[in-house]
Amino acid sequence: MFDDLRDLYQEVIFDHNRNPRNFRVMESADRKVEGFNPLCGDRLTLFLKINGDVIEEASFQGSGCAISTASVSLMTEIIKGKTEAEAEELFKQFHEMTTGKDEHFNLEAIGKLAVLAGVREYPARVKCATLAWHTLDAALKNEQQSISTE
Amino acid sequence: MTGFDVDKIRQDFPILAEKIRNKPLVYLDNAATCHKPQTVIDSIVHLYSHDYANVHRGVHTLSVRSTDLFESARTKVKDFINARSDKEIIFVKGATEAINLVAQTYGKANIQKGDEIIITAMEHHSNIVPWQMLCEQTGAILKVAPINLQGELIYEEFEKLLNAKTKLVSVVHMSNALGTINPVKQIIATAHAKNIPVLLDGAQAIPHMTVDVQELDCDFYVFSGHKLYGPTGVGVLYGKQALLEAMPPYQGGGDMIRKVTFAETEYNTLPYKFEAGTPDIAGVIGLGAAIDYLNTIGMDNIAAHEAELLAYATEKALAIKGLRIIGEAEHKGAILSFVLDKIHPHDIGTMLDSLGIAIRAGHHCAMPVMDFYEVPATARASFAMYNTKAEIDVLMNGITSLIEVFG
Repeated sequence: MFDDLRDLYQEVIFDHNRNPRNFRVMESADRKVEGFNPLCGDRLTLFLKINGDVIEEASFQGSGCAISTASVSLMTEIIKGKTEAEAEELFKQFHEMTTGKDEHFNLEAIGKLAVLAGVREYPARVKCATLAWHTLDAALKNEQQSISTE
Repeated sequence: MTGFDVDKIRQDFPILAEKIRNKPLVYLDNAATCHKPQTVIDSIVHLYSHDYANVHRGVHTLSVRSTDLFESARTKVKDFINARSDKEIIFVKGATEAINLVAQTYGKANIQKGDEIIITAMEHHSNIVPWQMLCEQTGAILKVAPINLQGELIYEEFEKLLNAKTKLVSVVHMSNALGTINPVKQIIATAHAKNIPVLLDGAQAIPHMTVDVQELDCDFYVFSGHKLYGPTGVGVLYGKQALLEAMPPYQGGGDMIRKVTFAETEYNTLPYKFEAGTPDIAGVIGLGAAIDYLNTIGMDNIAAHEAELLAYATEKALAIKGLRIIGEAEHKGAILSFVLDKIHPHDIGTMLDSLGIAIRAGHHCAMPVMDFYEVPATARASFAMYNTKAEIDVLMNGITSLIEVFG
């Protein structure tokens, strides 16, 4: 019945929505930033533990749609062990993948985040996918105030 | 329902023949805005093709024609809500501007530091923020009458808030997020017993029921044209003449003046005092055409049809496991807000869109209502005169299927 949506709602997204990874409060976090999408009410808190310039741990709390939950869940998996510069580069690639005009993002670097590429066909949903990454960007820049995708 | 023929009505709305993602459009986002009958579209095309010029200005033929059409639309609005006089009908951009106008003119002239303004917990942001701004400017205090879990005003609590410091009650006639129809006649009687004027936000109510401002005895009534099958960009502020006369103007400019020198300006009479600048001429005339159309159908017929749709939709919705209706007031308009277990309203919105169904997913510009129900957002199906039970079946099948897909 929902054949048209197969590109947007891949099974990986349903899986991460049902069972979000790294879904917990991190008491020992070095960075804690809140992300909010006022349009749909998606809210998340991202926690990072940083050693030197390496993201040792990432976790989140919050509530949102399947796209935003899967996006942040996948993000916390992929950034673990990355340097801050590598994570920033991933943010750029992800941004290009979801909002860019052509498909020149680095598929190899983006790995399984590619399951979210389908949002580019749904302009109203792009912000759901990018909220996590804008929050990460703020955390890496050490901005403590809550950020918004509006 | 004498002569109410939904199939015939549907043919009057060209957009209803659209295919969305290769499926017939099922438009259930009428509380956000509703579609326009051909006669409204034609009235605008005809105006620009044959009668258009600026109003209230020239002596030339087209200006006279435009002015006549414009002012006759004002009379149509006056009759539609049963105001006493055309002078009580002020054209504005929409309900939002109307409330801002009252806040910045009536409010600034009559509300001072320590005074209180009463709203309810089910208001749209447009009936919250203008008052917060006024309170910030004047030092007045905004008080909020609470609602119960069904989404009804708790009347005793509302009554308790009224006191000698209360200078205005501003309440929604029908809630856009919950569908609740407030007991506005009773609210007005209670407030008037204490000499407190009442503004009704009628943006949602007006397309669904007969509104008679004299019978209600409200002091201000505001609504938007685009929710009443008219064009966007036009709305109405109704105010009792004596109140409007005493209010200072809102914006300065052309049309709202009688005489201007650099030393001083003499303001125009009602309603022009509040209509600075060239108005939305085509919008006003289109709104007049929408009212003509509604009069041929009959508001009571529309109300009866929509009540049937709401009852049908509610019954079907309650049978879906995991669906919770948000807003179960006893007296309710054609709005079905709901949430599904573990499925975010935005996912519901996208999935239903792929089936050609347009609903609203979000906070409905009523974030305090979302906070009250502890949900980030709801999905909302809102019905209009052109909707059918068959469309509600399509909606309910869609919901059942997406619940399966999400697992």
